[in-house]
Amino acid sequence: MKILTTRMEAHPTDSHTLARHRATGGYEAARHALTSMTAEAVHEEVKASNLRGRGGAGFPTGVKWGFLPPDIRPRYLVVNGDESEPGTFKDRQLLERDPHQLIEGIIISAYAIDCHEAYIYIRGEYPRPARRIERALAEAYDAGLLGRNLFGTGFDLDITLHLGAGAYICGEETALLNSLEGERGYPRIKPPFPAVEGLYAKPTIVNNVETLSNMPWIVENGGAAYAAIGPEGSAGTRLFSLSGHVKRPGNYEIVMGMTFGEFIEEYGGGVREGRAVKCFIPGGASAPWFTGDQLDLPITIDDVGRAGSMLGSGAIVVMDETTNVVHAAHSIVNFFAHESCGQCTPCREGTSWLEMVLARILRGEGRPIDLDLLLDVSDNIAPGLGWPPKMTTICPLGPSAVSPITSILRNFRDEVEAMIPAEVPVA
Amino acid sequence: MSWTADPRVEQILARYPDKKSAVMPFLYMAMAEHGYLTDEAIREVSELVGMTSVQVSSIATFYSMYKRERVGSYLISVCTSVSCAILDAADVLHAIEDEAGVPAGETGDDGVFTVEHVECIGACGGAPAVQVNYELIEGVKEDKGRELVRWLRDAAPDTVLGDEMQALFGGQRSFEWGPAEGEGATGPVPALDALGTTGGSS
Repeated sequence: MKILTTRMEAHPTDSHTLARHRATGGYEAARHALTSMTAEAVHEEVKASNLRGRGGAGFPTGVKWGFLPPDIRPRYLVVNGDESEPGTFKDRQLLERDPHQLIEGIIISAYAIDCHEAYIYIRGEYPRPARRIERALAEAYDAGLLGRNLFGTGFDLDITLHLGAGAYICGEETALLNSLEGERGYPRIKPPFPAVEGLYAKPTIVNNVETLSNMPWIVENGGAAYAAIGPEGSAGTRLFSLSGHVKRPGNYEIVMGMTFGEFIEEYGGGVREGRAVKCFIPGGASAPWFTGDQLDLPITIDDVGRAGSMLGSGAIVVMDETTNVVHAAHSIVNFFAHESCGQCTPCREGTSWLEMVLARILRGEGRPIDLDLLLDVSDNIAPGLGWPPKMTTICPLGPSAVSPITSILRNFRDEVEAMIPAEVPVA
Repeated sequence: MSWTADPRVEQILARYPDKKSAVMPFLYMAMAEHGYLTDEAIREVSELVGMTSVQVSSIATFYSMYKRERVGSYLISVCTSVSCAILDAADVLHAIEDEAGVPAGETGDDGVFTVEHVECIGACGGAPAVQVNYELIEGVKEDKGRELVRWLRDAAPDTVLGDEMQALFGGQRSFEWGPAEGEGATGPVPALDALGTTGGSS
């Protein structure tokens, strides 16, 4: 059962073109929605689909749309294509290989929420996906699928492509809105949530690329049909990014519910050189890690949540038994230290401290107190070190840097301790 | 002709309710002309978007792709985030630094190369990943990293094409890319014609 990758698999040479999109039923769902359904009816189908956002938080999309205040216009739709969570590369494929699927999803969604201006924010390091979107937008405008009076209904929609410039934090929806407004990409304090006060202080829906790419199918087949796919709470198919020490890394669209072990074997071809899985990250670099004895866990949003982590952005990173977990954790902590926007002290200072301490352990200069120091600094960012984390910061970036720390200290404490030289007595 | 006279300037301004939103595409346009963000470029942008130079500078320094110092003809970015890190990205970075004769974070005296390590570039299924002027190459091994540097120095392409570099120096990809493109980058700015201006006439 596939939804998102059907066209690109059947037509690998031209799935990104308008001609192929149309030849495979493209824009018929948008036409149907705009000409035969009310906006409310489209919204009802999306609610009935139980689709949950694919960017990381997993919030039900139809419910989010329902938060728009009824009387304020204009409303904006902002597409989050700032995919930057380490391990994640699924939106890149959807942007590159089927840009019209996304644009059609935007048309349907904009109609449902009565919005006439949409922005696609794509990270600056994605010039090829951005070029594909740029060309697809031009094709859609030329064909009258965007602009004025879509499908003769009087509905207008403009879509603008906006390029980021190298800041992970702009994937956080309020930071993205500030970036789009021409500010530094600082996350805002919530509430107000974007649905109430977002872009240019107007009601704004921010949805992920994959989330919106599902809309043509939902309109065509109905929300109930979508909700019937997969286990309860994890409806629909989902595109997972598999990377690390597997034989066949890649993006794989699956129905949720199989176990991580089955996914890694069947799709990833197992671990390289027949080795054992030491640990794996189930949902992007922000997520706490699982160990090799947790491979029987089903891939669902709720199962992973109950086990103390998250499916997040749908990025699974596999580490085999040869992995130096301090090295891997350092890479992740270094990422968050580099990408901290600097607004909140616990994150700005804490992530850098965590990075420095891990770096000296890696250099063989660690001190016996360093394990406690790592936990102490972590506790200042995410008090109690639980999951989901309590936060002393505006956004979850800081607590994300804590995930690899608790992961290695809870599961591989012996290995970390073994890297710390015995204390030399002071003469 | 200065970039400020480019017709795209008006098109970009027309796409946003507030001209401040144009600061990011304008910073790219200014960089494309000057090679990096000179004080003059910052001032030009500030006049167009109605901010002070200090405000524009504060934005330019927030985003890692806006460069306030001169960069080489080829900006080589090596990903060192987790999926690349556990597949020996550090070795690829060292090989590229060594072959280019430029340590990460610096630009060579001859202005040919700037080498940097970067955070996740969304190519984790094709780790380790490298970009040249933001055009991606996936599955780059140490020896191919060296060959890439030599090739850039010797062939000195005006435009770097991702498909060509992938074929010559790449390996494992995150996914099938589909048909080759003829477009690529001519400098350290993402190669995109309209820089996000594509759209209607609102």
